[in-house]
Amino acid sequence: MYEKERRLIEAFVGGRMSRRELFAGLGKLGVGAVAARYLLNDAVTSAMAADFDWMKHKGTHLKLLLNKHPYADAMIADIEAFKKLTGMDISYDIFPEDVYFDKVTAALSSKSSQYDCLMTGAYQTWQYGPAGWLVDLNEYINSDNTSSGWDKKDILPNLLASDSWSGKPGDALGGEGAKQWCLPWAFEQYCISYNKRIFDSLKLTPPQHMEDLIEAAVKITKSDNNAYGIGVRGSRSWATIHPGFLSGYVSYGASDFVMKDGHLKAAMNSPEAKKFTELWVKMIQEAGPKNWATYTWYQVGNDLGAGASGMIYDADILGFFQNNGDTKEKGNIGFHDFIANPEAKAPKSNVWIWSLAMSNFSKQKDAAWYFLQWATSKEHDLFGAIKGDMVDPARQSVWDNDDFKSRMGKNKGYLEQFEKTSPGAKIYFTPQPLFFNVTTDWAAALQRMVAKQVPVDEGLDQLADSINKQMEQAGL
Amino acid sequence: MNRRVLPYLLSLPALIVCIGIIVPFVIAIYYSMQRYNLALPYLRGFIWFGNYQSLFTSSEFWKTVTVSLLYTVFTVGIELFLGLGTALLLRRPTTFNNIAAILLLLPLMTAPAIASLMWKLMTNPGFGILSYLISLVGITNFKWASSPTTALFTVILVDIWVYTPFIMVLLIAGLRALPRQPFEAAELDGVPRTFVFFRITLPMLMPYIITAVLFRLIDSIQQFDIIYAMTQGGPGDSTLVFQVAAYLEFFQYTNVGRSAAILMVLWVITYVLSLVFVKNWRRLRERAHGAV
Repeated sequence: MYEKERRLIEAFVGGRMSRRELFAGLGKLGVGAVAARYLLNDAVTSAMAADFDWMKHKGTHLKLLLNKHPYADAMIADIEAFKKLTGMDISYDIFPEDVYFDKVTAALSSKSSQYDCLMTGAYQTWQYGPAGWLVDLNEYINSDNTSSGWDKKDILPNLLASDSWSGKPGDALGGEGAKQWCLPWAFEQYCISYNKRIFDSLKLTPPQHMEDLIEAAVKITKSDNNAYGIGVRGSRSWATIHPGFLSGYVSYGASDFVMKDGHLKAAMNSPEAKKFTELWVKMIQEAGPKNWATYTWYQVGNDLGAGASGMIYDADILGFFQNNGDTKEKGNIGFHDFIANPEAKAPKSNVWIWSLAMSNFSKQKDAAWYFLQWATSKEHDLFGAIKGDMVDPARQSVWDNDDFKSRMGKNKGYLEQFEKTSPGAKIYFTPQPLFFNVTTDWAAALQRMVAKQVPVDEGLDQLADSINKQMEQAGL
Repeated sequence: MNRRVLPYLLSLPALIVCIGIIVPFVIAIYYSMQRYNLALPYLRGFIWFGNYQSLFTSSEFWKTVTVSLLYTVFTVGIELFLGLGTALLLRRPTTFNNIAAILLLLPLMTAPAIASLMWKLMTNPGFGILSYLISLVGITNFKWASSPTTALFTVILVDIWVYTPFIMVLLIAGLRALPRQPFEAAELDGVPRTFVFFRITLPMLMPYIITAVLFRLIDSIQQFDIIYAMTQGGPGDSTLVFQVAAYLEFFQYTNVGRSAAILMVLWVITYVLSLVFVKNWRRLRERAHGAV
């Protein structure tokens, strides 16, 4: 490599120059974009290898279990860099989300050594961890097997804590004795993503709180825009509870459980919970999609992208994908932070964190740890965030990166909502192993309330009774 | 080869198949008697009929029993009615009838999960073709699988669309295999058509009907793919049938013991129903042969 090009790349790797400046500089030196990318990847790989023996497990073959997701796509696009850095070979099985976690359960419950690492969410680790299926990564993080460049402190602290738990029902995430069941990779938090075209046509501003939201959503539904007001998930699944619903719920001061006499007691029928749930149900009844009870991530996103809904209260990245993908409303989506409770001062958002975990049945755990630290490294996170769709990344350094900020800044309100929401963004569920029973029943109860089969008040009392019974039967 | 060993060797494949069936079955019984949640390994233990007791005292479980039986009765009943009707229309082996029979078999060749996705689109209240068609006759805001009051009806509809051809094809084969003499004699005597149908065709066809119903009954009470793909058991618990409940218990709640207990109850129901049908099938076959 010529001296001038080398110096430029070194300046970038050393953090003294942005990616845009680097590419502009290389362009002036006559280096084309493809060649520049190659040189850059090469330099990043060399820089990572400088102070750590990445080749220690050369020749090892690792197998991953992945969910079909833009985050996984970004990793696959960069996988050659890992192979070059470590000399390891890697293969993967990739499944759509509808069946992904069933596949994980089947693979891990059978104690299969087929997979070394897998994608997971924190909630799943509340089952997988206590079951003994995952490795506590603390033993690796604090060992000599970790590169000094893998900067734990750079990972957003709420996320790192959300991925660790002691295994004792009700214990705080990231609290004393917590085991690091997985490492955050990239995540999503919940805000209002709205259709600017529809909002402008009706002279609406992004809603500030629940009552405001219902009012705006009803206006959209009644307008001649051929769209309903608000898209939220509604299928009979845990996935209905964790996005906007739980974020608004905790904003009203409600919680899923309270600790009473050393036991977890369901709190879905507290006055705060009932107040918020009344509003949520009203919102769906008056301005939600007609077939809300079948709505998953896909329908909520597709409707926003197709202009069939005026706004969604769901993942910020879902709005991002609709705003930047091949959709009818491309470029028309704006973002706004949301404080559901008008009396609250700042937004609260639950989070979903796509994370990476190590199977306890892997026969090459040390090598698997090399993959995990590469996949959660600053370098790969930055690659995914800029070259792929790995938004929102789990590392602060990526959020501080000018190129990333410039990319996200093209989405109206995205960075602003992120900055306002992220301080209050964490997992608000009480960690306990019956998470999926509880949240599926919760979703089923919401479906009954929206269908007016049972009044909210009565439905929540029934739900709390049923959950308390299940907790008791499970010995919790 | 030693003549004493040969019989054992010849029956070995059957023995292996038996073991392959019986071992998982016995393991499932064993698990169903355990408190066994994968996420709570420290609580694992033998509780005898604790899981069954918990099921039988749970209103949710009885709802599941009711929904499963309603689903089975309606799907099998309507499929039999439509399948028999279509088979009677297509009983003569003309070119048109043969082509029509093949075309009507198409839904059966569609994977049920794919059929569910197609129906999900067709019944979308916003843009579904079926929603549009019923709006033409004044039915608006019909929510299909999205409402607890209509979800069961919707999944039954999909099942009927997929499986009616199964009954139809069995009964066409049965009708075409019936001896012609009784019908010719009845025609010569000027016997009314309804009499011929109820007193000759139906009794002679009964073994075929029972066979078709038995197959559909076993399949229908164990339905999973159509319902899971369309509603996941919801809204509420309105379409939560045995298999979906057991699947959720295992794959989502990791509760192996309870899942196994649900499947054991399902097995008992299926076994009893099959026994009743097989006994009737033998009796009716003998009667049908006697009638010939």
